[in-house]
Amino acid sequence: MSESHLELTRVGIEFPTPKGPFRALTDVNLKIEQGEFISLIGHSGCGKSTVLNIVAGLYQATEGGVLLDGKEVNSPGPERAVVFQNHSLLPWLTAYENVELAVDQVFKKTKSAAEKKEWIEYNLKLVHMDHAMHKRPDEISGGMKQRVGIARALAMQPEIMLMDEPFGALDALTRAHLQDSLMEIQKDLNNTVIMITHDVDEAVLLSDRIVMMTNGPAATIGEILKVDLPHPRDRLALADDPTYNHYRSEVLRFLYEKQRKVEH
Amino acid sequence: MNPLKWAFVEPFYKLIIGEDRKGQVNLLVKSIGLPIAGLLAFLIIWQGVSSHIHTSLGQFPGPVQTYQQFVALSDEADAAAEKEAAFYQRQEERNAARMAKDPNYEPRVRDYVGPPTFFDQIWRSLVTVMSGFVLASIIAIPIGIVIGLSSNAYAAFNPLIQIFKPVSPLAWLPLVTMVVSAVYVSDDPMFDKAFLNSMFTVLLCCLWPTIINTAAGVATVTQDLKNVSQVLNLSWWTHVRKIVLPCSIPMMFTGLRISLGIAWMVLIAAEMLAQNPGLGKFVWDEFQNGSSDSLGRIMVAVLVIGVVGFVLDRGMLTIQRLVSWDKSVALR
Ligand SMILES: Nc1ncnc2c1ncn2[C@@H]1O[C@H](COP(=O)(O)OP(=O)(O)O)[C@@H](O)[C@H]1O
Ligand SMILES: [Mg+2]
Repeated sequence: MSESHLELTRVGIEFPTPKGPFRALTDVNLKIEQGEFISLIGHSGCGKSTVLNIVAGLYQATEGGVLLDGKEVNSPGPERAVVFQNHSLLPWLTAYENVELAVDQVFKKTKSAAEKKEWIEYNLKLVHMDHAMHKRPDEISGGMKQRVGIARALAMQPEIMLMDEPFGALDALTRAHLQDSLMEIQKDLNNTVIMITHDVDEAVLLSDRIVMMTNGPAATIGEILKVDLPHPRDRLALADDPTYNHYRSEVLRFLYEKQRKVEH
Repeated sequence: MNPLKWAFVEPFYKLIIGEDRKGQVNLLVKSIGLPIAGLLAFLIIWQGVSSHIHTSLGQFPGPVQTYQQFVALSDEADAAAEKEAAFYQRQEERNAARMAKDPNYEPRVRDYVGPPTFFDQIWRSLVTVMSGFVLASIIAIPIGIVIGLSSNAYAAFNPLIQIFKPVSPLAWLPLVTMVVSAVYVSDDPMFDKAFLNSMFTVLLCCLWPTIINTAAGVATVTQDLKNVSQVLNLSWWTHVRKIVLPCSIPMMFTGLRISLGIAWMVLIAAEMLAQNPGLGKFVWDEFQNGSSDSLGRIMVAVLVIGVVGFVLDRGMLTIQRLVSWDKSVALR
């Protein structure tokens, strides 16, 4: 049996709370290949961020574990870069300096000062932020901040990019732009990506596989949908594509029929 | 440089080029006219009230007497400066004459010792307060960072801070005095004991706001930023330098500003009691002196203390604005 790039085996987690332990996840099993684009979708509060944080090493699984290239993951590290939901840029640093912090750390010994500078600028260019490189987060829009966050993650040359609702807070137009950029970059660099999303269209458009999670507590993976659409994908052409719409309705059916959120 | 960048010049500039005349006049009235009106009202009330207060040292000084005493103190300082210059000139001439007679003569240079003038005492006070404040900050900032980072350290330190914070400088001073006398024994002391007593008293009183506010600033590091730091595998030291310190700087400076204000207030009391040359001792000496000019001189000192305190606070505010990345916070 060939080893997968990333492997989650029987992952479960229990949070200690004042009212006793709270079981967020049970028996999460997932194998991801190098270069795959995976979306995690599910109702809010089901445990998507928790899965991502376990892979990132920010949370420790109570049972089971995560293997990256056969090695156990138990602490955070730059080979698993995270793009946080609310960008998490350091507000006192410019876009350039934010990326620089990551580059200085990851390529401390392997790149010269000039190479680092070139690499920082290259990554900012990749997300189309070269024109506002020396602006601070409070001087740029939400979409631009998210781009810088992505540039920071890309600049770490991670084996896996973990993205927690990266475009959740953006308007539809900006989101579409960033999705296109992300698709392009991902196909160029062949990164492995796990992205959490709320947005069914986003999931179908970007992913190779969509991992759908059941409602918590004790959430787990409900279904995995393989999206067999050729790359590059074009949102306009796909709008009327029957296969695309089939995938879309599959996800919708899972979310709103099988896992209908019971409102209390 | 764009003159419009200077907020102070802007209304005048706009007035001259004729842009929004009415608004600019209103702005000027508000920013210059009203403060002057307040000051005038104060002077009038001061004059009126002081003429009705008769003390054993004569009438309470009004603005005019106070101003006269200020002039007198300036004249004394000028006279002292002349005396000092004359002293050095005489000494030089004397040495030159001796050297001419005897080439092997080692010229003796002695320092001028005269009573400190009022302005010397302002300077001494500033030196003392800044020494105490800087030392306190050097101690308080690292402590603040450590207890801000660790909830265990916070739990351990917090009761101590809460207990020592409200202690008056007057309670510390006797202890400091005894400790300094016992510990600082040297035949050729670099520092005056009175100076050390006041300085350490200032230090003890202005540690706390900086510690508390720095710790609070460290607590503003969000989980998001901590996650960034963890994902990047930043070392503890890099984490503190690159994330914790910059994040806590706005709060830290709030603490430093409070500390400096306290330091200046404490200093005057400490100098009075420790007999350390400075404004506090000046006030005390004038009080003991009890001449008819004394109250006027004390009034001059009161105003100078106020003005210096104000300037110190503005200075800190300016630094705070320069180093603060969070420009959305209105600092006043
Ligand atoms: N650190 C934590 N301590 C306690 N409970 C947590 C913690 N993190 C997440 N949870 C709980 O786990 C569940 C899943 O949370 P999360 O993964 O953030 O959901 P999602 O990202 O899918 O919206 C929620 O009920 C949440 O309250
Ligand atoms: Mg979440």
